[in-house]
Amino acid sequence: MITIKNLHANVEGKEILKGINLQVNAGEIHAIMGPNGSGKSTLANVLAGHEGYEVTEGEVIFEGKDLIDMPPEDRAREGLFLAFQYPVEIPGITNTVFLQTAINEIRKYRGLPELGAKEFLDLMREKAKVLNIDSSLISRSVNVGFSGGEKKKNEIFQLLMLDPKLAILDETDSGLDIDALKIVAKGINVFHNDNNAVIVVTHYQRLLDYIVPDFVHVLYNGRIIKSGDKNLALQLEKEGYDQLIKEAAEPEQV
Amino acid sequence: MNNPKNIDIKEKFVKDFELFESKLNGESKSYLHSLRKSALEKFKTTEFPTLKDEEWRYTNIKPILETEFIPAVNSAPVKVTTGDVEKHLYGGFDFYKMVFVNGIFNTELSDLSGLPANVTVKNINQFNNEELDKVKEYFAKIEESDNAFNMLNKAFAYDGTVIILPDNTVLEKPVQVLYLTGSDTGQVLSSPRNLILAGKNSQAKIIISYQPLNDSKYFTNAVTDVYADENAIIDFYKIQNESEKAFHIDKIEITQKSKSVVSNFSLSFGGALVRNDINVLLDDEYIENHLYGLYLATDTQHVDNHTFIDHAKPNCESNELYKGILDEKARGIFSGKILVRKDAQKTNAFQSNKSVLLSDTAVVDAKPQLEIYADDVKCSHGATVGQLDMTAYFYILSRGIPSDLAKSMLIRAFANDVIEPIKIKELKEQLNHQILQHLHSKDF
Repeated sequence: MITIKNLHANVEGKEILKGINLQVNAGEIHAIMGPNGSGKSTLANVLAGHEGYEVTEGEVIFEGKDLIDMPPEDRAREGLFLAFQYPVEIPGITNTVFLQTAINEIRKYRGLPELGAKEFLDLMREKAKVLNIDSSLISRSVNVGFSGGEKKKNEIFQLLMLDPKLAILDETDSGLDIDALKIVAKGINVFHNDNNAVIVVTHYQRLLDYIVPDFVHVLYNGRIIKSGDKNLALQLEKEGYDQLIKEAAEPEQV
Repeated sequence: MNNPKNIDIKEKFVKDFELFESKLNGESKSYLHSLRKSALEKFKTTEFPTLKDEEWRYTNIKPILETEFIPAVNSAPVKVTTGDVEKHLYGGFDFYKMVFVNGIFNTELSDLSGLPANVTVKNINQFNNEELDKVKEYFAKIEESDNAFNMLNKAFAYDGTVIILPDNTVLEKPVQVLYLTGSDTGQVLSSPRNLILAGKNSQAKIIISYQPLNDSKYFTNAVTDVYADENAIIDFYKIQNESEKAFHIDKIEITQKSKSVVSNFSLSFGGALVRNDINVLLDDEYIENHLYGLYLATDTQHVDNHTFIDHAKPNCESNELYKGILDEKARGIFSGKILVRKDAQKTNAFQSNKSVLLSDTAVVDAKPQLEIYADDVKCSHGATVGQLDMTAYFYILSRGIPSDLAKSMLIRAFANDVIEPIKIKELKEQLNHQILQHLHSKDF
């Protein structure tokens, strides 16, 4: 699905990613964990094509195509989706118009006919039901006046609507109460199948109680310092990052 | 001050007036003409504003003074089809239709059928004596603050929209007034003189839109007076979408009495050089005034908005929100003054001006001014200038939406709090569309 090799990236001249290597295959769920400032959100944004981040080295191959020079809208059309840590409010543009535009742009890119109004509305109803989203929320402007939890739910709603190949979830669990967390996790599980993949970027283990990762990677200081299975997340929950960071630092001291 | 060009143009207009007068025959002794003559006398002794005038320091009117405009009353009539009219009307809702060509009323293209018998919606030229008396009564109690352009308007004002709502009248359908301007044969000067007199407890929604007949160079020099008596509720939508070579100078004078609510929308799309003046007098207690403004400018467009709100009495509220979107080498100006007089205790006055610049060469000047002489008031003002929100831009792109559409959505989002309060839903939708199209067509 996606292959990341020796990825280096700068923000305002400061190197944040210092050589990331990661391979994600169809059907897999990867969790990327790490303390604040380790570069998790940077990685998510670099993959989605945020122009504030400069890739200085390395390559990212997504479904056989080089992503580095691809504009963000084309990455989305190729099937990459980023659920934002801080979803943006767009006054005056309703969720309906926003999603219909997005879906049809993506379909146009793939040479598919536009989705008719009825098909689109049926799809919206079906996906809204998964997340218990009230229909009044859908007819409102994108994220305007939404609570923190509603915004995160709306990201997952967009995920279900756009049905990408690779979903990158940037701290989708932050700021959610337990009920909202369960609903969001349910949405992700409904989305996930053998043909797509999920990268969950998170600070805490708790989302991983509901979305079981195949792999867990620990990001620290711009590098993946350890990879393992779901038990690594549990270990981190118990012991914290300190021990791992120490271990990772030792070889350099030798 | 004595720029020779300036003198030439004044002499030219005085000669134009003589020609105009000679064609009037019997009407030259009428009340309306006496107003014109007195305006001309004032015009003769008044200089056009220059950059040295504080209120005109950002706007150089030389291009206007250097063009020989022919007052519409002296110029050849222009053929207009229903197609020209339909193209520029805002549709999808019922309205009373008044159409003016170069500032002169066109009966065939207008439709005032179904208008309640006691309501006057007319061009001023068709007035009966009773209606004229009401107009006289209004002019007697109003203080005019005219510059040379306003006087020029009043001297050549042959026609214009007059709406008189008697007390306790609610006009269900909006009035839509379309000023189509432009000529194939010369550079025309259109001088619409509008008057809206809203009686006690009356209500109406009025749209006045200025649209181009073709892409010719012309000059709209308009004056509109709005008088809202006690408890009147007036929504006034002024839409300026002149040709890209046109000049547009407009003054709106609003006077409000006790408990009246006036919402004024000033939406500026077209024009090469545009000046919008709005003066509001809150002349009684418990008045509410809303001024909403949106100005879109690109290429070398110059749009100057001046507003003045005079809080003369206690317990009134004014809310002002102006937003500008400027691209290419466009220049936008917002100068908003709020005066709270000594008597005007318990005043609430809020003003906000926000602009986004879409290019490195666009310029905006913001000049908010609060002058407060009362001590128990709540007043605030703020002005910001910025760029489009890049995080929001990335968010939209990341959903597969192309960059031009993403920018349009952000502009739409930026304009939202000016457009959202528009109460005619279909008008709101069409204006939203127009905002996107306006910037789109200019390839921003």
